[in-house]
Amino acid sequence: MEVLARLANLPGALPGACAQGLIWGIMAIGVYLTYRILDVADLTVDNSFGTGGAVCVMALLSGQNVWTALILAFAAGLACGLVTGLLHTFMGIPAILAGILTQLALYSVNLKIMGKANQSINVDKYDLLISLRWVKEFALHNPVIMVILITVILIGILYWFFGTELGCAIRATGSNPHMSRAQGINTDFNVVLGLAVSNGLVALSGALLAQYQGFADVSMGRGAIVIGLAAVIIGETIFSRIFHNFALKLVAVSIGAVIYYIVLQLVLTLGFDANLLKLLSAVVVAIFLAVPYWKGKYFSKPVSKKAQKEEQPHA
Amino acid sequence: MLDIQNISKTFNPGTVNEKTALNGLSLHLNEGDFVTVIGGNGAGKSTMLNAVAGVWPVDEGRIMIDGTDVTRLSEHQRAKYIGRVFQDPMTGTAATMQIEENLALAARRGKPRTLRIGITRKEREEYKELLKSLDLGLENRLTARVGLLSGGQRQALTLLMATMNRPKLLLLDEHTAALDPKTALKVLTLSAKLVAENHLTTLMITHNMKDAIKYGNRLIMMHEGHIIYDVSGEEKQKLHVSDLLAKFQTASGGEFANDRMILS
Repeated sequence: MEVLARLANLPGALPGACAQGLIWGIMAIGVYLTYRILDVADLTVDNSFGTGGAVCVMALLSGQNVWTALILAFAAGLACGLVTGLLHTFMGIPAILAGILTQLALYSVNLKIMGKANQSINVDKYDLLISLRWVKEFALHNPVIMVILITVILIGILYWFFGTELGCAIRATGSNPHMSRAQGINTDFNVVLGLAVSNGLVALSGALLAQYQGFADVSMGRGAIVIGLAAVIIGETIFSRIFHNFALKLVAVSIGAVIYYIVLQLVLTLGFDANLLKLLSAVVVAIFLAVPYWKGKYFSKPVSKKAQKEEQPHA
Repeated sequence: MLDIQNISKTFNPGTVNEKTALNGLSLHLNEGDFVTVIGGNGAGKSTMLNAVAGVWPVDEGRIMIDGTDVTRLSEHQRAKYIGRVFQDPMTGTAATMQIEENLALAARRGKPRTLRIGITRKEREEYKELLKSLDLGLENRLTARVGLLSGGQRQALTLLMATMNRPKLLLLDEHTAALDPKTALKVLTLSAKLVAENHLTTLMITHNMKDAIKYGNRLIMMHEGHIIYDVSGEEKQKLHVSDLLAKFQTASGGEFANDRMILS
């Protein structure tokens, strides 16, 4: 009975979970670009997310309008990715370590940007784009509606960008760097560009979350990479059979993040110890990352002779 | 067309693994030359091709392509002049991308990559025609991912990509070695056809001596990082595998024993 009583609270918490999921979904799209397209696990995101939030809040506090603040946050994210990219390509540091170094450095940078560990911004005094206060209003400034709009626009831009000559070169770089160089593609440049765009999106997502929750915190992005990966994997697991188009794959990632937050909300509603949440997230992501590996290793069926014949009809 | 002047390359200098792969190598190719390269394992054949392609900088010497000094250019900058096919069919194409996307990437080799669309409708039609010439049925699978193709199909596609915008130089690095004999013959025939049609200056490494004699107008044999035998024209056409084996024997002081070469 107690469980049922708790579950009754869930519908009330759903809009908030959706809004958060959608905001983190933009971050997850950034993670998708590096993890799936560039084939680099970029840990910069753990703090470039906070950088976005910090820059956005400080810009708003200094009297900038909300769009300028978002653009500044995006630009700050680009710079974070640029640093990781240069550490990796120009200085030859392995990608994971390059990301960790930038992420560590950004902690200080974020503190310096805000002057202290967190800065709040009052929705009554400043003209914010979204706020959790409006989460149950049916209007354009409802965070769910607004963030869906922003996500759709971003996916549209990314779809166009990755179809251009430059975008194709980034995809080729991630797919086969050797071939890319042989085809005249500057792989170092493309890795840096990809990391920059990815972190730009992550910072933009951080800026939106800071507005939504009404404050930026120096550690607001802790564990972001895990949430991002979780969203990517959930999205792929559920939609990979039906979504083949690039834009739809990004939609799947965004939905993946929403599902992640809804499940999180469900678990919390049922009375799960909130202190154990990060442990739970890590375990879930680890299992999902292992599934494709296990599938290949332990559950692959021997290929039938007939299938083999069909495989190579005209070699 | 290609002028290699006295290049040297030592890997892992100053360590126990020190290996002088190229040792004062010089080679001049005229326009339209189709040169086959043979030599034992570790003779420096692939190293020579990689030096020309710019995979890493050489320690000494100069490399000129069509009068341009490319010695200091990086791999992707040199790609403007060079088409390449590799031994491993997986290396030459992007497996997760579509056939037409791979071709579009190759079509833009040596040109700046801008924010224009990555593949135009007109290109698609051209690629369809181009693929038809391969006679592998790929013209109906333009949007299939390259990872789904067989090794032979991938090598044929890589060949097409390497030759489609008429590079000044074509480098074939044992590009049929990983294929079964029937497929290898098909890819080799296609290579010869594309080279002849486009009048390409070509360097082709092979382990098969018969092929080395049969294809091209010139043959070079390498040993310990430099060229020990260079033959062209009629003299080359008259060569037999036994002649090459004898040459090898003298050059390497009788220690030559590469099973693959003896068996072929």
